[in-house]
Amino acid sequence: MADQVDKSQGIVSAPVPKSGFLDMMRRFFDSDVWHSFKSSPITIFAGVITLIYFILAIFGPWIAPHDPFDLAGLSLMDSLLPPAWMEYGEARFPLGTDDQGRDLLSAIIYGSRVSLFIGFASVILAMVMGIALGLISGFVGGAVDAFIMRAAEIQLSFPSILIALLINGIIIGYFKTHPEWQVDQVTLAYFVLVLSIGLSNWVQYARTVRGSTLVERNKEYVQAAHVIGIHPIMIMWRHILPNVLGPVLVIATIQLALAIITEATLSFLGVGVPPTEPSLGTLIRVGNDYLFSGEWWITIFPGAALAILVLAVNLLGDWLRDALNPKLR
Amino acid sequence: MVAFIIRRLIQSLFVMFFVALVSFSMFQFIGDPVNQMVGVETSLKERAELRERLGLNDPIPVQFFNYITDAVQGDFGISYQQKRPVSQMLVERLPATLELSLISALFSLLVGIPMGVYTGLNRNGFLAKCFLTISLIGISLPTFLIGILLIFFFSVTLANLQPISIFGLFMLDPKIFQLPSFGRGTVVDLGWWTTGLLTVDGLKALIMPSITLGLFQLTLIMRLVRSEMLEVLRTDYIKFARARGLRNRAVNFGHALKNTMVPVITITGLQVGSIIAFAIITETVFQWPGMGQMFLQAVTNVDIPIMAAYLMLIAFFFVVINLIVDMLYYVVDPRLRIDTGKGSGHG
Repeated sequence: MADQVDKSQGIVSAPVPKSGFLDMMRRFFDSDVWHSFKSSPITIFAGVITLIYFILAIFGPWIAPHDPFDLAGLSLMDSLLPPAWMEYGEARFPLGTDDQGRDLLSAIIYGSRVSLFIGFASVILAMVMGIALGLISGFVGGAVDAFIMRAAEIQLSFPSILIALLINGIIIGYFKTHPEWQVDQVTLAYFVLVLSIGLSNWVQYARTVRGSTLVERNKEYVQAAHVIGIHPIMIMWRHILPNVLGPVLVIATIQLALAIITEATLSFLGVGVPPTEPSLGTLIRVGNDYLFSGEWWITIFPGAALAILVLAVNLLGDWLRDALNPKLR
Repeated sequence: MVAFIIRRLIQSLFVMFFVALVSFSMFQFIGDPVNQMVGVETSLKERAELRERLGLNDPIPVQFFNYITDAVQGDFGISYQQKRPVSQMLVERLPATLELSLISALFSLLVGIPMGVYTGLNRNGFLAKCFLTISLIGISLPTFLIGILLIFFFSVTLANLQPISIFGLFMLDPKIFQLPSFGRGTVVDLGWWTTGLLTVDGLKALIMPSITLGLFQLTLIMRLVRSEMLEVLRTDYIKFARARGLRNRAVNFGHALKNTMVPVITITGLQVGSIIAFAIITETVFQWPGMGQMFLQAVTNVDIPIMAAYLMLIAFFFVVINLIVDMLYYVVDPRLRIDTGKGSGHG
């Protein structure tokens, strides 16, 4: 996939004139990208779903019917209630409750919030790291390039979930054996997850950006910038970076789906977000213990929420890849 | 060919060295091994003796060298948690993981390739579109969720269904389709290997875990075969074969499918490695007593010797598989043999 993206450099390089927001919007609605979005019903559907998730994630506390983290509002009398349409279900809890009497719908809304936050944060970390290393690798070349790319190759030959698990284990182990670090459990879990997922996914960005940088580096405008004495770091930042960002956007969308899956998997395996402030993966993990005793809704609803989110983001990513890559048309 | 293999071998050694370095530095980074191994009441003198005996007072490079020499001989130290040799623990659990990985790889190949061929040949068929949609969902569902859904259906739901009468002829009890949701079932101990392949119980226990583990690979292989088939079917020699009046079957399978196999071999080879790694998730869902489960326990317990040994073992598998795949290239694709220069085409 990286190879396909590699070749598509230089397509979003059209300079945007700084003539105000309205003009930018007009240019956007005029563009090929918007046109291809409009003409694909599945993509529109995926876009709407993703948008709903984003809105739920951002405004969750105001939308959710209950606050699942508010211990005072929980009652064990309400625990393990089935969804509202089933026998014994209550209208207060449309999707039923979990073992601690939390409203499942609210827990899913809060859980999507956590999942999306960690997904975004780790994608941004991986992106920043990958872009920086890719730019340096392509621009500086030589031994630095060889070192970064060898490291990337070695990392790429292992599945990212394994690397994330390993980094996760190392950081957790470090904090366990160094009790002088006083950190809150939940903050630590977020930090560890973002770091491990981010660090295990930088390679794709680095390789793509390096490829594009190698092409851009020899173009005349870069040579001209060299000649008039602009500092190399400034050339990388101001001149090369904007021209290599197109493919990065595509990778980032696809990686967002992957990051959400990775977070859910780590949480499911018990090394992710703790059950006190659950993500979707943690909810599934908790519910899994009740699957055999007939309380299927605790697992199945968060699972469906996760699957739909990932599917929608994946569809958007596929579409974006095709829309930004004229060769595939 | 020989030069190529030697070059690849050197690269592999480099990778192994790098992984060993990472494994070794985990010991340095996380806590003091002595503290992990002894109890609270151990005296300082005894601690110092243990430290000396373990060689922890040696310079770091010497320690690293010792670690590598031990690891090459299959000695990965002693588990902090269980106080047993790590290599022994790994050997006990290796058969479970390898058996599961092998069966799921076979499953994904034997189902994925025919599905890919079918969707490639009948591009616009209804069934082909169904396959593609299912594959998209298969990619979007995380592995552990697939496992949970399978358990939910085949172990929980089927157990609660009443027997149904089929056309009034006989009673069908859904419970005969019920599958075990945890463990390996009955295993036969062959001395150096334990296998579940020889008992009905063990085979039944394998079904759901291997489907869970193989489903992602299946969709991958299916999509790959499909796109390769589409590509190959457009080429001139296929048109020529048709012009010669060969039957569809001969063209599709004799000419087209054969030439899609090179990328399939590569991807399958690479995927076998990730199947072994992804087994961590499947083993947790199905409580399968393999290496992955052990690794996960080691991560939660900060049992560094096990983590390090598992990492090295997985890296070793990856490196060996990559080497085999590279060599298979040469066997499968005659064009590569010519490109190696010096005209040594028969090597």
